[in-house]
Parts: sequence; C-alpha cells; structure tokens
Amino acid sequence: MPSTLFHILLLLLMPPLLLGVINKTKAAFAGRVGAPCLQPYYDLAKLLRKGSVFSSTTTWVFRAGPVVTLAATLVAALLVPLGNHPAIISFNGDMILFAYLFGLARFFTTSAALDTGSAFEGMGAAREVTFACLVEPTLFFILITLARMSKSLSLTPMLLYPSPAVWGEAGAAMLLLVGALFIALLAENCRIPFDDPTTHLELTMIHEVMVLDHSGPAFGLILYGAALKLFVLGAVFVNLALPFKSGNLLVDWAAFAAAMLFLAVLVGVVESVMARLRLVRIPQLLVAATILSAFAMLLIVR
Amino acid sequence: MVFVWNIDVDPVGSLLWAIVLIGLIGLPGLLLKRPGPGQLLSVCITACAALWGMAGALRILGGAPASRYLFDWPLPFGPCELSVDPLSALFLLPLLLAALCCSLYGLAYLPAAAQPAAEKRVTLFSGLLLGSMALVLVARHGVLLLVAWEVMALSSWLLLMTDQQNLQVQRAGTVYLLATHTGSMALFVLFGLLKGESGSFAFPAAHSLALGGTVTLVMLVAALVGFGAKAGIMPLHIWLPGAHANAPSHVSALMSGIMLKIGIYGVIRTVSFFQELPVWFGWLVLLLGAVSAVTGIALASVQSDLKRLLACSSIENIGIICIGLGMALVGLQSGNRVLAVFGLAGAFIHIINHALFKPLLFLGSGAIIHASGTRQIDRMGGLSRVLPRTAPLFLVGSLAICGLPPLNGFVGELFLYFGAFTDGMFSDLPLIGFVAPILALVGGLAVITFVKLFGAIFLGTARDPGPAHGHEAPAAMVLSMGLLAGLCLLAGVGAPLLLQLVAPVVIQYAAVSPQLFAQISGAVPLRQIALLNGLLLAGIVAVWLLWRVLVQRAPVAASGTWGCGYLAPTARMQYTGSAFSELLGGLVSGLVGSRGRLSGLSGLFPASSRFAGATTERILDLMIMPSLRGADWCLAWLRRMQHGHLHLYILYVFATLFVLMVWSQP
Repeated sequence: MPSTLFHILLLLLMPPLLLGVINKTKAAFAGRVGAPCLQPYYDLAKLLRKGSVFSSTTTWVFRAGPVVTLAATLVAALLVPLGNHPAIISFNGDMILFAYLFGLARFFTTSAALDTGSAFEGMGAAREVTFACLVEPTLFFILITLARMSKSLSLTPMLLYPSPAVWGEAGAAMLLLVGALFIALLAENCRIPFDDPTTHLELTMIHEVMVLDHSGPAFGLILYGAALKLFVLGAVFVNLALPFKSGNLLVDWAAFAAAMLFLAVLVGVVESVMARLRLVRIPQLLVAATILSAFAMLLIVR
Repeated sequence: MVFVWNIDVDPVGSLLWAIVLIGLIGLPGLLLKRPGPGQLLSVCITACAALWGMAGALRILGGAPASRYLFDWPLPFGPCELSVDPLSALFLLPLLLAALCCSLYGLAYLPAAAQPAAEKRVTLFSGLLLGSMALVLVARHGVLLLVAWEVMALSSWLLLMTDQQNLQVQRAGTVYLLATHTGSMALFVLFGLLKGESGSFAFPAAHSLALGGTVTLVMLVAALVGFGAKAGIMPLHIWLPGAHANAPSHVSALMSGIMLKIGIYGVIRTVSFFQELPVWFGWLVLLLGAVSAVTGIALASVQSDLKRLLACSSIENIGIICIGLGMALVGLQSGNRVLAVFGLAGAFIHIINHALFKPLLFLGSGAIIHASGTRQIDRMGGLSRVLPRTAPLFLVGSLAICGLPPLNGFVGELFLYFGAFTDGMFSDLPLIGFVAPILALVGGLAVITFVKLFGAIFLGTARDPGPAHGHEAPAAMVLSMGLLAGLCLLAGVGAPLLLQLVAPVVIQYAAVSPQLFAQISGAVPLRQIALLNGLLLAGIVAVWLLWRVLVQRAPVAASGTWGCGYLAPTARMQYTGSAFSELLGGLVSGLVGSRGRLSGLSGLFPASSRFAGATTERILDLMIMPSLRGADWCLAWLRRMQHGHLHLYILYVFATLFVLMVWSQP
C-alpha cells in the first residue's frame, strides 16, 4: 500500500520536473545559467491562480478540451508500471485502452483549437492529428512485438519483461524497438526534431500553436497534461531501455527516477544539437520509425 | 439470458407481422387525401411494429425456438420458407431500430404538410425498402431472396431519386442502378449454381454442402461480388458515395446504416452453407477488409462534401467488419477457435455499433444541411451556436465512429485487436497480427476525418453568412438522434450487454460450446474496461470541477481570438476542412487526387478571382473507367440490336424461347 501511494505521488508530482531538466540542459548547452529545474512548478502555480480570457467565438468545446485531455491522460497514466512497480490498474488488453485514451485526448485538444476559429491553431491541429496518425502503427508494432516476447497482453508484464538476459538474447530487436519508441516519444510529445516547444509564432509549430488561446488555469492544465504525457511515455521507454531490476523496491525507485531524469537530459541534448526538421520530412521519419518497429517484429518472429 | 419474458406469441410470427406492417406503411398516406394524418399514422404504426418486432428478435437471440413458415406459392420454384435464426435476428434488430428512428425523424425533416408529394413517395418507398431488407433477412429460399433483393434495390433507387430534377442526383442514380444490377447478376449465378448443387432453391441446412471444385469457387466469388457490391467493399464501392450523398438524409441513414449490412449478411449466409471453405477465401475477405478500411477512411478524410465524407467512412466500417469476418474464417479453417470467436464477436459487435452511430451521423447531417443550406463543409462553421442540441449528439457519433472510449465503437475494435494480438503472440507466422497496426492506422485516420468534420462544421464562426434556416432542428429530429446517441453511450459503458447480444450468433456460427465461448470471450476484460470508462467519466467531472473553482477565483474576460497582431481577421480566414486534410491528402495522393482550378490572376492589379476544387478517386479513374471504356469498345456491335423496333424485340424473345426449347429436347 505505501508503495502504491508513492507510485501515485511520483506519477502526479514528478512530470513538471522533466520539463525543468530539459530546459536546464538546453541552457547548459547554450552556455546560459537557465531557469531553475523547479521553474515549471512555479509556472503552474502561477497559471492556476491567474485570470482567464476566453475568445468570444469559443463554445463549451474549447473549455472541455483541456479538461478531457488531462482526465484521459491521467487514466492512461494509471496503466503504466513505473520502474519495477506494477501499474495501479492492470488487465489484459490495457495497452489498447492506453493508446486509445491518447486518441480521445487528441480529439478534444484539436477540437478546442478549431473552436477558436484561428487559422494558426487550425494548422497546428491538422499537423497534430496527421503526425499522431503516423505514430499509431509504430506504437502497435512495438506493443505486438512486446506481447509476443513476453507472452502477455497487459502493459505491466510486457514492460517488466525486458531483462539483461532478454537484451542478450534479442538485443537487435530490442535496440530497434527502443529506437522506434524514442522517435515516437519525441513525435507524440512535440519535441525537436518534430516541433519546437520554445517558439509560439512560427508557421511550422504544432502543439504550442494549438493552445495559443488558452489562458490561466486552462493553460495550466494543458501544460501539466503535456508534462504528464511526456512522463508516461518516458516511463514506457525507460522500462524497455533499462532492463536492470535489483528486486529492492527503494533501489528500483531510485534507479527509475534517475533514468527518467537522464531521459530528460537526453531529450534536452537532442533539442540542443538538432534543428527542427522541415515539415515535409516529418512523415518520412515517422514512417521510417514504423518500419524499424516492423523490423523488430520480424526479428522476433523468424 | 435477460431477454426472455413470458409471451405466448411466436417470435417469428410477430417479426413477420412487423415486417409486413412496416413494408406497407406508405399505403395509408396514398389513400388519405389530406397529407398530415397519413404520415403521423405511418410513424405510429412503424413505431409499434418496430418495438414489437424488436421484442421478437430479442427473444430469438435469447434462445426462443425459431419456427419455420412454409408458403406454397404458385411460382414454379418450389415452396418457399421463411424463418428467423439468431443470425437474422441480429441483423433485424438494428433494422427495426433504424426504422423507428428514421420514420420519427422524417416527421420533422420531410413534413407532409410542406412537401406532400415527396413525403408520400419517401414514406411509401422507405417502407418498401425496410420491408424488403427484412425479407432478405428472413428468406430461406433463393428466388424469394432475389425478389426481395430486387425490390430493395429498386425502392432504394426510387428513394435516391427523390430530388429527381437535380442533375447530380440523376447521375448518382444511374451509377447506382448499374452497380446494383451488376451485383444482382452475380447473385443469379450464385443461386443458379446453388440449385444445381443442392437440388432446390430452398437454402440448404447450415454446413451441409460439401466443398466441390470449380463450382464452389465460382459460387464463393459470385457471393463476394454480388453481396460485396451491395456492402460497398473496395473496389466495388464506386456507386456508394454518390448514392448515399444524394438521398434525403434519413434515407441515407437507412442505406448506410442498414442496407450495406444486408450485403454482409448475404456473404455470411452463403458461407454458412458449406461444410468447409478453401483457406484462401478467409484471407481474401481479410485482405479486402483491410484494403477497404484503409482506403475508405483515406477517401473520407479528404472529402469536402459532408454526406460524401460519411458515405466513404461507411466503406471503412464495412472494411473493419470484413477484417473481423476474414479473421474468423481463417480461424475456422485452421481450427483456431479463439481467433474465430474474437473475429466473429468483433465483426458482429461492429455491425450493431455501425448501425447506431452511422444513422446518428446521417440524421445529424440532415439537421446541419437544413440549418446551413449546403453540403459543403468548407462553407459551414460555428453551427454549434445555431444547433446547440445537435452539436453534442453529433460529437457523440463522431467519437463513437473513431472507436474512442468510452463509446461503443471501441468495444468492437477491442475484440479485433485481441484476435490480432493473440495471433501475433502464438502463431508461427503472425500475418493476422498485422491487423493491429492497420486498425491503429485506420483509427488515427478516423480521428483526422472526424475532427475535421466536427470542427469545420460546428466550431469557429460561420464562413458563409446567411444560412437558409438558421435554427435548431425540431424536437422529433433531436429525439431520434438523442435515442441513437444514448444507445451509443449505453453500448459503450455497458459493453458486456453488447457481447451478450451477439453471443448466440457467435456460438452458433463458430460452432463452439457456450462454456468455451464464455472462456474465450472472458479473456476480453469488458468489466475492467467498463470500470475504467466510469473512472474516465469521473475523472472528467473531477477535473472540470477543479477547473471551475480555479476559473471562478480569478477575473474572467472575454475578447476576440488572438490574431497574432492582425487587426482585421474575417471568418473566411479560418482554416477550412479542405485545408485541414491537405497535409494528409499529400500523403494519400496515390488514392485520391484533387482537381483545383484557379481562374487567372494576372497583371499588377488583378481583378477578383475564384478557386474551385474537387476530389477525384484514383481507383475510379485508373481502374474502373478504363475497363468500362474497354468493355464499351468491345461490345459496341451489340448496340445494333437495340434499335427501338418493338416487333423485333418480341421476335428476340420468341427466338430465344424457341432455341431453348429445341435445345432442351433430348
């Protein structure tokens, strides 16, 4: 029970830290001091206390967007194991619900963007749904490969399955899976090279441009939801890429938290050393990721 | 089962009476002189008959014995039989529900007082259409089925031609008539060969025909072509978008939600005659399903006509049903009962689901067209203010058709995913496992399509000023949509009920024991999903309450949408539906092309200009049209036989009969 409580607390409290670490890493690369790692928490606290401005063209759909998105992401977060600790809720087929909950979130985020009637936000919404649609097959190839390897249909056994032995046995397939998942992670969370979260006003933006009109508490919910999504997909990634389990709960929690922070640094490094891809190149990279994951499945089957 | 209650009426008899009543519903309208009461009477009778029939169908599904009715008609094809087994009952249930909703909707959508002529026609022929579709489902005799099939095809054609002055409608009608009769020809082949195999036109008992050589092959292909053309399987779908787009909305709802499924029923019924099937047949159905699903939704995503978009998405849904069916057939042939149960349960649940959300969306499209006066998505916008009740109902339909939890579309796809994952886990060559990424891709494309549809129609501000009838739909329309939307939510949150509904059919068709079925389907955690759906709804309410508290603590201001500093934005600058799908359109340009025409911009100070765009279909352009042109070229000489001289036509008939008589002499 205490470990479940700790699991929930970690799930709810850690996500904004990842954003802080990413920004700190980017600042370090640029030779700046940068904002403190806890800055996203201050931002959230401030946003939640701020007043709201609603566009007069918007309706209840605009208000429902951040609410449904955050609720769906929270429910999806319950299905993922953290480190060596099983998910809060786990059953056969939970990975399908996991993927579809993000679909529900996306439906409402993009609808809210279209509700403002701004061409800018329409562009962002169109890109979001198109690129996410190309990520879906990758995710399912990864899931089906993991299901075949672990002979299970649920996220917890699937993600707790990788061990040094598995890596030794099917290292090539695991490497392909991790690579494809990393690309999917960056694309789903709108990070460089797919989208640049630091700018709002460029014609190639995706996520940031969709939420231009949200303000105050609604924007706070969006920011927190985005951090949570990064955390949840990051947890999936870390479980695959870090196969070492000590069996001691405390050590495993610590290793998991350290790995998540390392992932944040990694994302920060990618953002510092790479430029954003041209918009027409993005689908190519996403399809390449799908083929990589299909390759992994092929290697497992043979 | 929960559905059994104590009525001593024979369920099949009550269903047959309901079918006759619904089939002849247009007659009072024809006899009564004043237009209003006839329509009201027909709606009341339809509602009673539909409810009565649904009770009968539920009792059949609950295990009531299915009696058989034999009619010795004076035609030389042997006595014909009518009966209702769980398979028929499963298809009759959504049919009767759609009859109820669509006739109620028609009361306000096509009021007799305003359009007496059109109303009489639509009531008469939609009754005939519903009755003949139901007759196809209960017929156990090849000739009777073909007769009902023709009545169905012709009455739906006459309905489609309601607005017959419109050139577009005329063209769509012609294409439909040609396509449906091409399909009928294949069915003549099928039932002719069936008589040869079994000795009579009466349907053989299930699994009684041995697998023959070429004859079976021809029969299976004929069934797939004949019934598949009606279902709209790629590449036999060319008639579908035009026909569904041009019919009145509540007729489109019937055609798309129910009539396509009659084609699926035909395939399933034909397949059930055989003891076993060649393995390639299951794979073929699976492949056709996958192709239909992906191309159907890709076509839908770039459409700019509201009803064409919905029609194309029907191709996708038929594809998903075929994926399930193909998975089940492959499973049955290879002795994999698990795959068979997952595939069949997925297919049947999706059949019910699609019959709930597709009519809902088509009925919604009627309200939208009524309010905006156009079918072009790019000219709408901001309608959620004009249609405050239709908008949330349409949103429910859109979420359901994307297969998103907590609505019903998710449940059917979940079973297919389970089939795919099970195959992917245990099979030596997990080809069916590829269904999972394909379904995921289809789901992603569906989100693009329906975000675009919902967003461009209901959100933002109106792009075209001066809508025709800018007001909310009347109560009868909202009520019928609300009923369907409520059932979508109920079937999603109460998914175990949905499984219980299809269980008898799956058990019968997959030839598994109820215990084995319970064991296999028990692996799909519908209870947990229902629990999590409840949690999701609770989470939404909780986050919403939190958000409200936070918003109310601080000042709230209203302003215009931020235009990035631009001071004079207009409604025409909004992102349109076409713009929304343009990025995807580039990726699927192999399937759909677009024709755009920009009238000249020239000189330093160009005058006002126009742009017109249309989507074209590559399958039509590159496959169907060249082959039709080839056929035209080859058969040109035959045209000389058609000269308009009546006496020579009679001579043809006489000569043919004479030759046949001479030929048949021993």
